[in-house]
Amino acid sequence: MIEFLWSIFDISLVLLILVLAWAACSTHDMMRAVTLFMALGLILAIIWARLKAPDLALAEAVIGAGISGALLLSAIKDYPKTTMSEERSSHVEWIINLMTLALMTIMAWAVWHGLNMSDGIRLSDQVMSQVPESGVSNPVTAVLLNFRAYDTLLELAVVLTAVLTVLNLNHKRADVAAASPLLRGMTRWLVPLLVVTAGYLLWVGAHAPGGAFQAGAILAAAMILLQLSNPSSLQLFKPMLWRSLLVMGILVFVLVGLWMMFVNEDFLAFNPTWAGSLILVIEFAATLSIATALTLAYLGGRPTGWESANPAHSATKHNGKPS
Amino acid sequence: MIETLAILAIFCGLLFFLSGSIGLLRLPDIFSRLHALAKADNVGLAFVTFGIILLEPDPLNDIKLVIIWLLVMAASAISSHLVARHALQENRNND
Repeated sequence: MIEFLWSIFDISLVLLILVLAWAACSTHDMMRAVTLFMALGLILAIIWARLKAPDLALAEAVIGAGISGALLLSAIKDYPKTTMSEERSSHVEWIINLMTLALMTIMAWAVWHGLNMSDGIRLSDQVMSQVPESGVSNPVTAVLLNFRAYDTLLELAVVLTAVLTVLNLNHKRADVAAASPLLRGMTRWLVPLLVVTAGYLLWVGAHAPGGAFQAGAILAAAMILLQLSNPSSLQLFKPMLWRSLLVMGILVFVLVGLWMMFVNEDFLAFNPTWAGSLILVIEFAATLSIATALTLAYLGGRPTGWESANPAHSATKHNGKPS
Repeated sequence: MIETLAILAIFCGLLFFLSGSIGLLRLPDIFSRLHALAKADNVGLAFVTFGIILLEPDPLNDIKLVIIWLLVMAASAISSHLVARHALQENRNND
């Protein structure tokens, strides 16, 4: 009976996500599309939780439904008159359809292959057998920050590159005027709570679902809340502080990696005895960098006073473009 | 006995969610919709939380559930307020 109820629940989740995806893609109203996309993120988070992948569920809920939603909504605000273009040329339409079909086929093949593969060495078995050596007991963190730490380092580099692009393109958006006093009141107690939650997720990532990306996204949510309710509070962050926080994750990551190269003769090859502390140090720096990157992306460009932090360069920049 | 009570509470909660959703779909303007949604969902979530607390033996998890309920309630109150405020301003601008 319980099994049957769960399968009904699962089937409705799958149907719901298909309908939401279709609705989000087919509507011409951008606002509606974004709202549907955020709802899709929430349902996706529940699906990850049902698939017993709570780390992904957390990340999807915070980043997919939360931060991406905020980013998309602020993008719409910049271009309020834009609607989904109906005049896509049939060429483009065809290429998109073909590529989507190809992607779907590959993914379906991968899933089918994964389910039906004969007995052999499974990655998860290998991971599980090595987890005690990794310095943490949460296998997801062990993979992300020890076994394939190199990938995670590059992921941080991707985030940094994306934000550098944003910073190059624009000044920060104009602040929203006069927030409601109720929002300010809530921010006052919600932001500390978010900071504590982020710290908790960062710490707990070693042995339970959590980690740098989730914690960073929650910190960024706190910053976005501050920006929305009281924009002047973010001006406490001087450009130098923004810059240092932004590169801190990669800097610490690379330094630890080089240090390990010095000690163990391999880049990012952790000693089992130190691995736990090293991972925590890297994750701490990465959390701050991810939070900064997401906040800067939400701000939509260089915060006030960005150029003036470096007078020698700002002169040439201002000559170069009319402002 | 406790299980029956829990099921009753959760069922009650679902009824509130259902009426909130019907209100969202059927009521004429944004303010009455918000009213239906926020009120019904908060009470609905209270019932569901209460039901789960009855079933959950670990007091630590019970505290977490209550915190979740309080947070959702605060968030829904504030977001309803913000949506209503925005709608009111738009109405004034249009007049």
